[in-house]
Amino acid sequence: MTVVLVGTSHHHAPVEVRERVALDLEGAAALAAELADGCEAVCLSTCNRTELYLAGDDAAALEHRAVRVLAALGGADEARLAPVLYRLHGASAALHAFRVAAGLDSMVPGEGEILGQVRAAYEAGRPGPVLDRLFRQALYAGKKVRAETAISESPTSVASAAAALAEQVFGELRGRSVLLIGAGHTGRVAARNLAKRGATITAVANRAGERADSVARAFGARAVALEDVTAVLDAVDVVVSSTSAPGVILPADRVAAALPARKGLPLFLIDIAVPRDLDPAIHGLDGCYLYDIDDLESVVAESLAGRREEAVRAEAIVAQEAERFAAWHAARDVVPAIALLRERAEEIRAGELARAETGLERLSDSERRVVESVTAAIVNKLLHLPTVRLKEAAAGTDGGAYADAVRHLFGLGEQPEDGERS
Amino acid sequence: MVELLFWPALVAYGEAAVAYAGHARHPGVLGRAATWGVRVGWLVQTALLVVEAVRVEGFPWATWAGSLNLFVWLVVSVYLVWGCRPRYRLLGLAVMPPAAALLALSYVAGGIGRDEAADSSTVFLVLHVGLVLAAFAGFTLAAALAALYLWQERRLKRREAGIFRLVAPALVSLDELAARTTALALPALTLGIAVGVARLVQRDDGLDALGAATFVTWAVYAVVVAARYGLHWRGRRVARLTVAAFGLVVALQLALPVAHVA
Repeated sequence: MTVVLVGTSHHHAPVEVRERVALDLEGAAALAAELADGCEAVCLSTCNRTELYLAGDDAAALEHRAVRVLAALGGADEARLAPVLYRLHGASAALHAFRVAAGLDSMVPGEGEILGQVRAAYEAGRPGPVLDRLFRQALYAGKKVRAETAISESPTSVASAAAALAEQVFGELRGRSVLLIGAGHTGRVAARNLAKRGATITAVANRAGERADSVARAFGARAVALEDVTAVLDAVDVVVSSTSAPGVILPADRVAAALPARKGLPLFLIDIAVPRDLDPAIHGLDGCYLYDIDDLESVVAESLAGRREEAVRAEAIVAQEAERFAAWHAARDVVPAIALLRERAEEIRAGELARAETGLERLSDSERRVVESVTAAIVNKLLHLPTVRLKEAAAGTDGGAYADAVRHLFGLGEQPEDGERS
Repeated sequence: MVELLFWPALVAYGEAAVAYAGHARHPGVLGRAATWGVRVGWLVQTALLVVEAVRVEGFPWATWAGSLNLFVWLVVSVYLVWGCRPRYRLLGLAVMPPAAALLALSYVAGGIGRDEAADSSTVFLVLHVGLVLAAFAGFTLAAALAALYLWQERRLKRREAGIFRLVAPALVSLDELAARTTALALPALTLGIAVGVARLVQRDDGLDALGAATFVTWAVYAVVVAARYGLHWRGRRVARLTVAAFGLVVALQLALPVAHVA
């Protein structure tokens, strides 16, 4: 039984193609159910990829079926879709699945969302023994990569960098309060990111009062006038500023004046406005940490570089897991062959003893036991080396071929010829 | 038996120190190996201390070399309370190499495997030496936490782009932990000193240089605790004060006799 993967991703296809073959989870589940006729099927569809994993005996037929389905989804004929599709079989397909789960095939290396998407696809799919093992091991590999490397620890956007830096100051953001200055899109995204990590947006300040009111309502915060910002500085932990003001709106001396009331508690300030809203001299005040857009972007760039470095270590982990899967898969071919071989040998031994029954009648019980044990020992010794060699071959890539050869040479799975019957 | 326990403990602490150094370069599996090194080493050292105490049926750590053995165990014990959390692994780099070195020094100086207990009563020694050493273990960790705070704060002030490459505890957590550790260690030192003073009064002895240094230590840390909780000093200021206090105490200890004159 072979694993076949047919799919397309952001590496191969533009968004116009990807969006045509994209499915929601329900659609992916329905497609897997449709494909699972005589084979195992799992459909993984995210914004960056749609992949069909099938496992069955006839790899060529499975691949053809998957291509046909994707072509139908994309509303194009197979020949037009072919250049953007990848088709992988066996160990290559498994390695790809592991890389996907580890986030190594993602646009941002190590991104965390893909692991949940792989799990959802697996749970919604129709896996049998092979795909079940493949996906469980892929999820394990994904977790292992995230636990043993730092690939997923750093932020990948300005907003998430701002939130992660706030965590470097305060630890958990639960219970921390945020002042949002300006009601623009970028600031709201940064504030939302902080809120997602547990912080509370307590005040929104904006020049245009109405806009501040509506944004404040959306966050469940109170609106304050831009001129009154200093009054709330003693009660907040994080300040996010992104107004379109032409110059500095919060000078360092106003922040310094608010510090005694803070009793030494740190203040983290994020300035994503250009031109800058917050006086750069604030960063020099004791307990104040001010990051502007350039600082945040350099943190993101460094994080991405770090992720790429960690990806090298992650690839080694994934390759190890792929090898383990290949060994398991090869053993799947070999173990039944070994069992059949031993069964057949035992059948022959028992048959031959039965045929010699008349000649053995005059033997005493102890002599019969000796004959039994000698014949069993001969069979065991004859089969020992082939068994060991088959198991060794299973660890490599030849396991299937060896198992087929044994089945063929010993006629395993066929009806024994008359002469062999007892 | 003592040898059988000492070497595995030293090897485990050594492994933890090396693994923490490796973790600082490549965060990941080495961090976990370091954590396990600390846990295994601590368990083995605990067994070592129990065996030593049972063998002499008393308190065998009254000499300075023996105190080192007990001190290392106390430091690692306090570190284990939170040090196994991934974010605090960097602290291990400050704690475990000195712990391994001090344990080795204790062994070389004959502080491990002594055949006789100290002359003084076990209850007095447990209370006096135990409490004073526990307090010093606390001050040591508070200094390590404060040093880590200053390092992390400097990274934030310098706006280091690679700040996420090496995960460190948050500033606020470090500040809180250092303050709490000092605040817990000071009462332990106070009790330890009180027991020692009671003993001096009972024996009608005077205060020697080491005793005076311990009083100075108490006064220095009383100032640290008063600044933190009375004056609400936080952050860089109190971290610097904690490190300076520890430096002063270490200098005092090094400049004076390592044991009481009596």
